[in-house]
Amino acid sequence: MGRVVLVTGVSSDLGGRFARRLSSDPAVERVIGVDVVPPPGDLGSVAFVRADIRNPVIAKVIAGQEVDTVVHLSVRPGGTGGRSSVKEHNVIGTMQLLAACQKAPSLERLVVRSSAAVYGSSSRDPAMFTEDMAAKRMPRSGFAKDVLEVEGYVRGFARRRPDVSVTMLRPANLVGRRERSPLLDYFRLPVVPTPLGFDARLQFLDEEDFLSALGHATVGGVHGTFNLAGDGVLTLSQAVRRLGRPSLPVPTMALGSLGGVLKQAGVPAPSRELTEFLCFGRGLDTDRMRRVLGFEPRHTSESAFAEFAATVTPGVLTLPRPVTPVAGTVGTVGSGGHG
Amino acid sequence: MADAEVIPLGTRGRPGRGSGSRNPSSAARSLAGPSAARRTSAEPPSDPKPEHADAATEPTTEASTEAATEQAAQAGQTEPREDAGTDAPRVDVRESGAGAPGDGIPVSDWLAAFTSAAAEVFGDRYEQRLAEFLAFLRRRVTGDYAVDEYGFDAEVTERFLLAALRPIAQKWFRVEVRGAENIPTDGGALVVSNHSGTIPVDGLMTMVSVHDSTGRHLRPLGADLVFKMPVVGEIARKAGATLACNEDAERMLRGGELVGVWPEGFKGIGKPYSERYRLQRFGRGGFVSAAMRTGVPIVPCSVVGAEEIYPLVGNVPSLARLLGVPYIPITPFFPLLGPLGLVPLPSKWLIEFGEPIRTDSYDEGAADDPMLVFNVTDQVRETVQQTLYTLLMQRRSVFA
Repeated sequence: MGRVVLVTGVSSDLGGRFARRLSSDPAVERVIGVDVVPPPGDLGSVAFVRADIRNPVIAKVIAGQEVDTVVHLSVRPGGTGGRSSVKEHNVIGTMQLLAACQKAPSLERLVVRSSAAVYGSSSRDPAMFTEDMAAKRMPRSGFAKDVLEVEGYVRGFARRRPDVSVTMLRPANLVGRRERSPLLDYFRLPVVPTPLGFDARLQFLDEEDFLSALGHATVGGVHGTFNLAGDGVLTLSQAVRRLGRPSLPVPTMALGSLGGVLKQAGVPAPSRELTEFLCFGRGLDTDRMRRVLGFEPRHTSESAFAEFAATVTPGVLTLPRPVTPVAGTVGTVGSGGHG
Repeated sequence: MADAEVIPLGTRGRPGRGSGSRNPSSAARSLAGPSAARRTSAEPPSDPKPEHADAATEPTTEASTEAATEQAAQAGQTEPREDAGTDAPRVDVRESGAGAPGDGIPVSDWLAAFTSAAAEVFGDRYEQRLAEFLAFLRRRVTGDYAVDEYGFDAEVTERFLLAALRPIAQKWFRVEVRGAENIPTDGGALVVSNHSGTIPVDGLMTMVSVHDSTGRHLRPLGADLVFKMPVVGEIARKAGATLACNEDAERMLRGGELVGVWPEGFKGIGKPYSERYRLQRFGRGGFVSAAMRTGVPIVPCSVVGAEEIYPLVGNVPSLARLLGVPYIPITPFFPLLGPLGLVPLPSKWLIEFGEPIRTDSYDEGAADDPMLVFNVTDQVRETVQQTLYTLLMQRRSVFA
């Protein structure tokens, strides 16, 4: 008998793709998608329930459909609406969903999309965060605070329902063709303002890899918290250069106010949270992802970012591809001249 | 106009001294070289290397003799033949310089100059070296290079940072390295050094010395203040530094890196000149437990000379508190001479690496035994202190 999976946040692009992909998995019998707005595209064989996870109706869906696996994907960094409504959705939504899950006897697994943002970003950070480390400076606002609170509720749930295996995934910044996030919007700017005198280390995870990891966690059911990231790091300056975009070093103080001015003009600009991230960056240790979760991403941070770079309009500083390979240039040029 | 002159003054007086007459002076002729001299005398030419390209592109505008004008005109109109073009280049040499500046320097000259400059800078195999350099530039501009997980950029460190520090180490401080054979050639090791000099120049010099004598990169552990500061933090990460915390230290040592640590920290680097070469407390021994957990040897390193580069005679604690830094140094020269006071005194440096202290013989829980950690810390500290005294005895004078 296959599993009955409830997926929250299916109307987002990533959620919809995950639900579709999951419904074709032989180990899964039924997929039920939940969101407040109808999905923009076709969800295939996924059953869609239009419901708010903050509403007790979600408990009825879980009990009535005998759901045994809940995949909570609707914790999102920003998107539509103001900060308070996003927070309401992220934190209160998770709280209500977990309350509903706690009462459901059929539930066996819970998979939560958290974020590497819980580690914060500061000058006192270790180079690589393992899952056991906490943020050196507790995030006091923004998405990171939401995630911190969500994780707190999930841990509470895991304590109260020890029979449920809880998988918490902390992906690094997702990149991909259709992924939208404050960081990617920032990279899409024609001239990228960078914090003067800082060069953050960044890690990326390809969105396809993230979908695979989610599927792996949903079907495999490994209890624990896992960092997800592509191997290696890119520095911010490196990433901007790879996009071929000119960077504009701005003093850190001004980056925030510049962000404010740009926001007024309707241009996506780095928030304060993003500014800190752009100063210090973050690295994730993915040893546990490999050993315990048993997941191997196809893309490194570098190749994931390269895929993203190929999908955005090339910047003005993009150089043409080199004609001859660099190694042994003289020999190659010489023989090319003769031939 | 010359006839209107009443008083012939200076060079306007006699022809031949730059008087503006058509015939150049003898002095000017001799300056222009033998070919120009021959031109005025309308003597048949015997130029060994006539430059036809120049002759063809340069229709002459003016010449002193009829013959030269005719020949030059021929050269300008027709394809340069061996006989007709022979006289033309010499005309050009003068006329292009004086009359037609817009023509500029021919492309071939540019190429030749570029080639010789490249050969000058890059040596014999300049083509290869130049191609490598351009490839390097391209990699930097397109971001097509790799950094490790700590942000270490080996390429930029070797090409720029170490290359800039090397002359300072060799010429200014005349660093003398001893006991470089005590640094393991591979695998993890922890270099523990004394700290002094107001500004962590000793760390930089140790990095250069280690790299030049072993070929390995010393990966320094820095205080969080380093990474909080703009520019400094960026350069530190690019040079291979990371935060001095147990997690990073153990991670680097497990990864087989050669890690450098200065356990005295700000207490050592910011101590007054009167306390020079007196080691401060070696932190809380965190470096020893990191070495014990990873089983790597500890290499004691003693640096003599760094104490004298900026003799710290005073401090402004209130300003330091205001700026959030551990101290504001006052040296005999620093605020007094302004930026000139930032030039370090050229003391003679000695860096000695001592015999490695093995930590792999301790059993499992040794790193959590505070007494043992304290003892090993003390042993390392004593070794460095004794070596410092020995080196000081051997040093003839501070600047010798």
